Amino acid sequence: MIRAENISMSFNGTRALESVSLNVDKSELFGLIGPDGAGKTTFFRIVTTLLIPEKGKVSINKLDTVDDYRALRKNIGYMPGRFSLYQDLTVEENLAFYATVFGTTVKENYHLISDIYSHIEPFKKRRAGKLSGGMKQKLALCCALIHAPELIVLDEPTTGVDAVSRTEFWEMLKKLQGEGITILVSTPYMDEAVLCDRVALIQKGRILGIDKPGSITGNFSKEIYAIKGRDKFRLIRDLRDRETVESVNPFGDSVHVTFSGNEYDENLLEYLEDKGHNDPGAELIEPGIEDVFLELMSKEEND
Amino acid sequence: MKRLAGFIKKEFIHIFRDFRTLIFLFGIPAAQILIFGFAVRTDIKNAGIAVLDKAKDEISTGLISKLESSDFFILKENLMTDTRIDEVFKTGEIKAVFIFESEFGKTLINEGSANIQIIADGSEPNVANLVTSYSRAIISDYTMELNRAEETSAIPVEPEVKMYYNPNLESQYMFVPGVIAIVLLLTCAMMTSVTITREEEFGTMEVLLVSPLKPIQVILGKVMPYFLLSLIDVVFILFLSWLVFDIPIRGSLILLMLESMLYIMMGLSLGIMISTLARTMQQAMFTSLLGLMLPAIVLSGFVFPVESMPEIYNWLSSIIPPRWFVTIVKNIMVKGTDFSFVIKETFILLAMTLLFITLSTTRFKKRLE
Amino acid sequence: MTDEKVIEVKDLVKKFGSFIANDHLSFNVHRGEIFGFLGANGAGKTTAIRILSGLSKPSSGEVKVAGYDIYRHAEQVKRHIGYMCQKFSLYEDLTVAENIMLYGGIYGMPGKEIKNKTGTLLESLDFTGYRKRIIGDLPLGIRQKLAFAVAIFHKPDIVFLDEPTGGVDPITRRQFWEMIYKAADDGITIFVTTHYMDEAEYCDRVSIMSEGKIIDIDSPAQLKKKYGSPSIQDVFVKIARPANNK
Repeated sequence: MIRAENISMSFNGTRALESVSLNVDKSELFGLIGPDGAGKTTFFRIVTTLLIPEKGKVSINKLDTVDDYRALRKNIGYMPGRFSLYQDLTVEENLAFYATVFGTTVKENYHLISDIYSHIEPFKKRRAGKLSGGMKQKLALCCALIHAPELIVLDEPTTGVDAVSRTEFWEMLKKLQGEGITILVSTPYMDEAVLCDRVALIQKGRILGIDKPGSITGNFSKEIYAIKGRDKFRLIRDLRDRETVESVNPFGDSVHVTFSGNEYDENLLEYLEDKGHNDPGAELIEPGIEDVFLELMSKEEND
Repeated sequence: MKRLAGFIKKEFIHIFRDFRTLIFLFGIPAAQILIFGFAVRTDIKNAGIAVLDKAKDEISTGLISKLESSDFFILKENLMTDTRIDEVFKTGEIKAVFIFESEFGKTLINEGSANIQIIADGSEPNVANLVTSYSRAIISDYTMELNRAEETSAIPVEPEVKMYYNPNLESQYMFVPGVIAIVLLLTCAMMTSVTITREEEFGTMEVLLVSPLKPIQVILGKVMPYFLLSLIDVVFILFLSWLVFDIPIRGSLILLMLESMLYIMMGLSLGIMISTLARTMQQAMFTSLLGLMLPAIVLSGFVFPVESMPEIYNWLSSIIPPRWFVTIVKNIMVKGTDFSFVIKETFILLAMTLLFITLSTTRFKKRLE
Repeated sequence: MTDEKVIEVKDLVKKFGSFIANDHLSFNVHRGEIFGFLGANGAGKTTAIRILSGLSKPSSGEVKVAGYDIYRHAEQVKRHIGYMCQKFSLYEDLTVAENIMLYGGIYGMPGKEIKNKTGTLLESLDFTGYRKRIIGDLPLGIRQKLAFAVAIFHKPDIVFLDEPTGGVDPITRRQFWEMIYKAADDGITIFVTTHYMDEAEYCDRVSIMSEGKIIDIDSPAQLKKKYGSPSIQDVFVKIARPANNK
């Protein structure tokens, strides 16, 4: 459905995107995963016809984003990073407004949004500015869906929204996908990557890898051990001092470690005990997306 | 069409929901009219006068003491020569000088009429007007008394009035055209530019651009409500100044409204142009306030008469639209002239409007930069 | 972490009219602890933090922060805490050194001390080269680390962090958490609020609020065990989903 070939873009001499190529299939839930400033928003603005790329081409359903932008704009639902709602308009006024702008009515496409809208319908007379983050996000999604687009592009829809609402939001996306809508979504949160069909990891305007979340982690070459200890600050320091240890990354309540030569250091726990750590633990674990990202990033940095 | 209608409806909701917009639209003009209206004094007391009595006869001194004994005037100085006139006006304490021709009384009796020259300080047109009309009244009163005493036929005394500084004595109601020009500029240029940049700041513009709405529809949708409100504003100001201060419209109301529409369109296109230059609401606001308001107040002839400005300011004032609009309104409203007297100004405004429209539509983005 | 309590809250209640924003909260936070304060939007977190930082008074209950009673010594409390949020922390149009100078000044540090410590601070972060750079020109990750360093510059007892690493790249994020570990090791208590449960995993203990009440409070490992969940995210969704939103 989306074909992006060698997209490059820069602003005032700073590279925002460098030869980005990716394809998104029809009714796929595709995630662009990367930190702030990685180039996600720029890429989305090119896809939604808002920016003209310096180099490269993007086509959606064989329509070019530069030449055929008029036709494309009827078929894209876009939710920018800041929920683009009119703060002083009520929930229903926002929805009705976006419906007329896209030449339709709320009634006509109500079936598409009824599931999501039911969450916010009790507050339909409330002004959008007074909604909680989660409700704003749902309303913005409804507004992006109201003209029944084939493709929706969601720029960091879960930023600033609480965990409960985020979970609900991803459930909704899955459902929309089931109705045949293609979804392109970005997020800075690695843990949301597993919820996508395929993801592209992006950093400093470059794609580090594109694959199914499972394959990305499955192809990870190194064994990762989670080391636990009470005093994490000293644990990290002591692990760094150990020659057999290659990388040390704090991960929540443990520290993820890889070993040089990919070989577990049998004497590590003993070493840690000598350093005064009470009852340290080591466990071989499955790598997560974030482990892969860290690995790819440090490789990139060394290149 | 339906899209545009929806857009305009939304825009009206913004306006009516934001209390500040309404204050802006109606509170500020009302306040300006009232402040300027009351600042223009409508009666005088103890205004300083001077006399240059070249006759020094019974009749002239009688008239002088008559002037002096009224509550309106205080005789500050008896002048000896013409050259002092200029000096006394410069002190600012003298509002009018009365000059009696030599042998005033004799001429009056012999020839049946005589001349008094009244020179008033035109820099305060309102005061000058009052001073002259009061003194006319006193003089005619005095001549009536004379008539009765002499039992002769009417002896007319012709006061010849001259205005110092402001020879044509612009109407004291000059402030109404000025207020209209400034308020319209504010509502049109500032408000449209702020509301457009607001969409950009809140990210809603991104979605509007991605939508099938054409840029022209976005612009029209933004502008139409302000066009309507501005027209209402004109009517409101005219009505208020008539209601409170009895300020009439001497010329054609329809012509005045048509000219206002032209000026409103100029303001709106200027607003759109500002929005294409400014990145934030704040910038738009400051550009409009400093870049438009200040010159409009100072250079439009609203506060200082254009004729008495130094060359360079006069030239500068001719590139700012309010100057031309103030002239138009002044002519129609105060002087009661018809279209033929404002053709030049109308065309200048029209040219400016077309220029701004072209500039703003070419700059208005179909995409983000 | 020590046993000394730097935040003591007992039966804290805050009402706005008939709405109860904080409903009998009771918890303690120890010196050097990294404490995660979680809750859905509108659960009452912001209200509680405003009270803890001396910005608003509770309706009832006992609250002591850094040893000072919140009712009587709100000013002292403010002196002993630091604050950093992701969205706004440093003035973007000032240089690094000017920002530090400003914050040091706000907390009443003498100019000379600020100067000396600025040097040490920048060295410890390996940021000496950035001293005269304008904040707005620096990458997000560096700004973030600086913001934290500035928030603890006056050696507060407690530092409040609001979504400190949201959106930051994974490497910078880890460097950031290492800074937090170091600060905690130096005896500064870290009080973190966040929507991101992976940030919560780094905390020593977390509390989860819903509808004005604290539902549970324990270490991430214990919570996961108790609710049979693989992650705090899962725990959170299980217990913090408000009743009307199911």
